[in-house]
Amino acid sequence: MREFRFIEEKIFRVLMFLSTAIIALALLLIVASILFKGIPAMSWEMLSQTPKGGFYFGKEGGILNAIIGSAYLSIGASVLAFSIGLPVALYMNVHMVKRKKMLNTIRFFLDLLWGVPSIVYGAFGFGVMIFFGFKTSLLAGIITVTIFIIPIMVRGMDEVLKTVPRGLLEASYSLGSTKSETAYRVFFKQSFAGIVTAFLLSFGRAIGDAASVLFTTGYTDSIPTSLMQPTATLPLSIFFQLSSPIEEVRTRAYASAVVLTLFILFISILSRYTTKRYQKNKIQF
Amino acid sequence: MPLVIGIGLIIKSEPLLKESSFASLLFSSDWRPMSGHFGMLTFIVSSVWVTILSLLIAGPICLLAAIHLTQYAKSYVLKIMHPVIDILAGIPSVIYGVWGILLIVPFVSQHLAPFFGKQSSGYCLLSGAIVLAIMIIPFILNILIEVFKSIPDELSEASLSLGATKWQTIKLVLIKKAFPGIISAFGLGVSRAFGETIAVLMVTGNVTKMPTGTFQSGYPLPALIANNYGEMLSIPMYDSALMLAALVLFVIVLLFNGLSRIAIMQVEKNI
Amino acid sequence: MEEKAKIRVRDLNLYIGRQHILKNVNVDIPKNKITVILGPSGCGKTTLLKSMNRLTDLYPEVKVSGNIFIGEEDILNTTSEITAIRKRMGLLSQRPYPLPMSIFNNIAFGLRISGRTKKRILDARVEHYLRQANLWEEVQYRLKDPASALSIGQQQRLCLARGLSVDPEIILADEPTSALDPLSSDVIEKKFVDLKENYTVVLVTHILRQARRIADNVIFMYMGEVIEQGTAEEVFNNPKEERTKQYLKGTFN
Repeated sequence: MREFRFIEEKIFRVLMFLSTAIIALALLLIVASILFKGIPAMSWEMLSQTPKGGFYFGKEGGILNAIIGSAYLSIGASVLAFSIGLPVALYMNVHMVKRKKMLNTIRFFLDLLWGVPSIVYGAFGFGVMIFFGFKTSLLAGIITVTIFIIPIMVRGMDEVLKTVPRGLLEASYSLGSTKSETAYRVFFKQSFAGIVTAFLLSFGRAIGDAASVLFTTGYTDSIPTSLMQPTATLPLSIFFQLSSPIEEVRTRAYASAVVLTLFILFISILSRYTTKRYQKNKIQF
Repeated sequence: MPLVIGIGLIIKSEPLLKESSFASLLFSSDWRPMSGHFGMLTFIVSSVWVTILSLLIAGPICLLAAIHLTQYAKSYVLKIMHPVIDILAGIPSVIYGVWGILLIVPFVSQHLAPFFGKQSSGYCLLSGAIVLAIMIIPFILNILIEVFKSIPDELSEASLSLGATKWQTIKLVLIKKAFPGIISAFGLGVSRAFGETIAVLMVTGNVTKMPTGTFQSGYPLPALIANNYGEMLSIPMYDSALMLAALVLFVIVLLFNGLSRIAIMQVEKNI
Repeated sequence: MEEKAKIRVRDLNLYIGRQHILKNVNVDIPKNKITVILGPSGCGKTTLLKSMNRLTDLYPEVKVSGNIFIGEEDILNTTSEITAIRKRMGLLSQRPYPLPMSIFNNIAFGLRISGRTKKRILDARVEHYLRQANLWEEVQYRLKDPASALSIGQQQRLCLARGLSVDPEIILADEPTSALDPLSSDVIEKKFVDLKENYTVVLVTHILRQARRIADNVIFMYMGEVIEQGTAEEVFNNPKEERTKQYLKGTFN
């Protein structure tokens, strides 16, 4: 009977260790396999040219259209979401601190929205588009993605702002600043790292998501010159290349995937670095 | 403000489906858009199947890993795992899809399926489930780690001083205490898995047939919407049908999310 | 003729990471008496208590050296199973920590772990221990209710009963009344006085009055060291060390 207890524990300990290992391993596998397959197919022209005539049939060209398109889209959406999101988050934490119940309800709804799959946003965006008579365009995409990332952005910043202790607020008021001034000066400095991280994270989501842009932004081979044009995005570019029956094109898909992956990794590292660096300026409580 | 967004979504999806929305649509498996039949059962079944499978895979792994990390492993291991989890969470679903095609699909068709004596192209529900599982692990794991961390040490101390071993303490005491948190973590994972579009689309096969086995192809709900948006406007009522699909998805995800979050709030109250 | 103390701590040094928490601690805990460990916050008294049943093992960066003799056995350097050692002592924490189960199962937990699972036995033992903790009357009709439904005072008595259920020889109590109202505190204190007949009690407290009320022996600690120890009479009425005198006067902290 006693031996059983110990064998059971040993078995589970091994299983537990394995589980943790599997997770770490999965990450390595993913990154490694993409790099492995993709790097051989990379070439400078891939990054610097838009698809020429026979791109999807294995001829020349690159994914510049997607890179720039994604850049426009994500930057546009992130900036827009940020300009809406930051005030909201600040408002929540400075002006509404007293009304706990309301705050919690808002947080609850934000969390709910956070969990909504991107394709629902895509469908929603599409519906709105039709209603207003838009065609697939950069603008529609930006709007849809903005709505998609606002919950992420606000919640992210809210999390950081939440941790600023009331003592700091009170100290600031007693020194004579108004509520708004307090918001900007005190909160900002203290939470700078967190705000930047929230922004970067949302940006990462914006650039990587395909479902929300599928209907709304369309796809095209050229670099967009106006907001009303359809735009290519990296995830879709990868997707379409992958669906091609031609081996060469598929290999290039992997290369495109490498571009996207490296970019996301870069954002992750950047946000970690920012957090570390600005921790120094933070007052530790 | 956020309330507006929430309600807005509901309203916008609705008018486009009022024309054709009947309960029968949900439960019929007859999907022939050309002739005006929009039975969605096949897709719902696929979605449910693939989601449950992925939870079966991800659940135990997450639970075991969370226990390991919070109870047994040295603290530096947890510190290393945090970035790992965050990075995994940030990888876009397309990349997971690519990886799925690269590794999982061949793995399933060449190794797993024959092992069970079945034939498969690899583009099947199981592949979808595996990819989904890895995708939802970061979410579930983070919550589980939080939950276990929030259990006061003294509870373990109490159990140990009654003569229980560490493992018995975990099995009989800690897990019970963490139970609501565990359920809600799984709930959130389910809703994420249910709504995932691109990665699943790339590896599940997208065949409009009622799947009868894990090694067969399926066609989950989000994939349906994504794949057919092109023809949406050309076939009458098609767009309404797809919007209905989107609404169904929305409601299900919202439900799971909402319930899970309420459960989490209950857990937090008990601390 | 001196009877050998129940617990003898010799040259105990405990480090958490680089912090030297317990410094060269040497104490004797006599049998069947209430020994109180006193001292200002942070002096290490809780750590000392927890090292006596090796709960300190739970914390990762802990390093211990020295000997702790429970009866004849040195629990720090023993080959016996740690669970057996722990069962010799019951623990009562500052706040009650009922296990997430019914009242009945809380008490039955320890019994079941040791292999006693027959219903009749369990029923009898559970009642016995609940009576010992003066809780039986109040809960006998709701044994299946979750333990969390009890008031804090009741929960603490539940934890006491639970601690007794493994038939320990020693009771370790870490500020057991600090979270309770005066009435419940009173009940627990009186209980300890009753219990010392059959058990050895080690009580950590920072409530001087409580110590004066029930202590037979006193150990005074400060900053990880034992400053003074002896019978309550000696320490309270004739403290030898300056710091003890100051603490007793209340000019400490």
